[in-house]
Amino acid sequence: MGSALGQKPWEPLIRLFLLACAVVSIATTAGIILVLVTEAATFFREVSPLEFFFTTSWDPLLRNEFGVLPLICGTLLVAGGALLIAVPMGLGTAILMSEYLPNWMRQIAKPILEILAGIPTVVYGYFALVFITPQIIQRLFPSAAPFNGASAAIVVGIMIIPTIASLCDDSFRAVPNRLREAGYALAATRLEVSTRIVLPASTSGVIAACLLGLGRAIGETMAVSMAAGITPKLTLNPLVPIQTMTSFIVQVRGGDAAQGTTAYRALFAVGLTLFAITLITNLVSHRVLRRFREVYE
Amino acid sequence: MSSLPLSTAQSQFQPRLAQRRFWGAVFMVICWLLSLVSLAVLVSLLVHVWNEGGSWLSLKLLTNYASVLNPREAGLKSALWGTIWLAVLTAIFSITIGIGAAVYLEEFAARNRFTRFIHLNIANLAGVPSIVYGILGLALFVRWCRYDESVLSGALTLTLLILPVIIIAAREALAAVPSSLRQAALALGATRWQTVWHHVLPAALPGIMTGIILAISRAIGETAPLIMVGAVGYIRSVPESLRSPFTALPIQIFDWTGRPQSEFHHLAAAGILVLLGVLLTMNALAAGIRAWQQRSKVQ
Repeated sequence: MGSALGQKPWEPLIRLFLLACAVVSIATTAGIILVLVTEAATFFREVSPLEFFFTTSWDPLLRNEFGVLPLICGTLLVAGGALLIAVPMGLGTAILMSEYLPNWMRQIAKPILEILAGIPTVVYGYFALVFITPQIIQRLFPSAAPFNGASAAIVVGIMIIPTIASLCDDSFRAVPNRLREAGYALAATRLEVSTRIVLPASTSGVIAACLLGLGRAIGETMAVSMAAGITPKLTLNPLVPIQTMTSFIVQVRGGDAAQGTTAYRALFAVGLTLFAITLITNLVSHRVLRRFREVYE
Repeated sequence: MSSLPLSTAQSQFQPRLAQRRFWGAVFMVICWLLSLVSLAVLVSLLVHVWNEGGSWLSLKLLTNYASVLNPREAGLKSALWGTIWLAVLTAIFSITIGIGAAVYLEEFAARNRFTRFIHLNIANLAGVPSIVYGILGLALFVRWCRYDESVLSGALTLTLLILPVIIIAAREALAAVPSSLRQAALALGATRWQTVWHHVLPAALPGIMTGIILAISRAIGETAPLIMVGAVGYIRSVPESLRSPFTALPIQIFDWTGRPQSEFHHLAAAGILVLLGVLLTMNALAAGIRAWQQRSKVQ
């Protein structure tokens, strides 16, 4: 390679530059881990990890209480509620698109899904605060607070429907048609072909899509901080204000804690917890895709 | 199985066709309902925003600075210019690094453990929440590089955020270029770099462009990482250099939505319409390039 005919002297330099570009991605991961771990280590010298992970009161600004469980509980409440909405809706849409709609309709529906998946999250936050809470939740449940977990869960659920629908549709489409035709030849109905042939054959894709949606819901920041409030609480009641890990980070950065205080460093400890949780969901989703994928020639 | 008398098999098989068709029809109705409800919610979102903000759209909205006291006179000027600065800077950084990385991985790198590690790493980075990139930007660009809370810090953070998306899209586009093209160039004595620069990259360009436009439109809609690197909701100036303080459209929308007076909610809705307009234009551009590329491939 090095002595290739006609190679200009700067070509090894170009190759080096391209390698440097590829290494940026590794440096990004290293940077994220380095920043989170070093800052969190400083935090854990002041607050013991036992207190952080196992006590149940979070009030870093006023009373120096650092039990992260209420934040994790808030995050899981919102993400769980969101999946409860998004999985049936997304699956139903995907089955309709791949099993029922004629080809020309799907070719219209697919780009629409892509555009909807690209709506910025701040728009959904506005929708939750100005429409869903006052017009829907507070009409059904007059006792609901202006900030509540339910509106955040609903709006995050709506937000991830297009992602889940699009990914499930992709994996349904990857199931070869001869499997469906075999089913229809045995006089199976569409319901039977969809649920007993297509769905089992694409389980890995569906699970991976749901995990990806879960990861997005856990990491979602703007819609949640605008809709759910900033009151950390260990509760499963969706009608009261709660706080998630992401909205705590925004609150601290929004100027509620001075730089250099323990409360400020708590931001990095919470960030590390968040990063670890989403990393695990992502890795599991990759593993599911790899291990359980049905491969057809 | 073959030893089973045919008559027994027939007597055990009950088609129950009417019942199965009934449940099939119920299932179809359920699928239609779920899809239509999802679509209806998303359409009602857009209709609601249009009703709230449509009448607040005006040229004044684009040319006036934000105002805390007088919502009727408030505008998006600093946010709009902030978003333009961010988009242009992010595009410059991310196009260079993104295409460079994709070309290296697809055209130069050996298929070894190191390359596989980079692939896995990029796939994982694509799933990291945007606020975590914000934390990285805060520590790395704002504090460590001392770029402060500037438009440069914002653009660099957004670059790291969309790089995985661009690299994945560019790699797919490069992989779609037939290898006969490379072999022809190499057989005529071109070096690897000449092959890539003169033949492979031009052929992959439409696909790469589509990926880049979609990634930049994602960057334009991001809010959380910009809050982390210090974009502020209320600012009455436009960026004049890389080190200027800045705001952006989503930040301004966030700030207006959070204010209690309903006039600001109308303003936020109008801001959302402007933002969605920008994003829709970019999406249409990407779709146009894709359609043009598919047509030229057929010919």
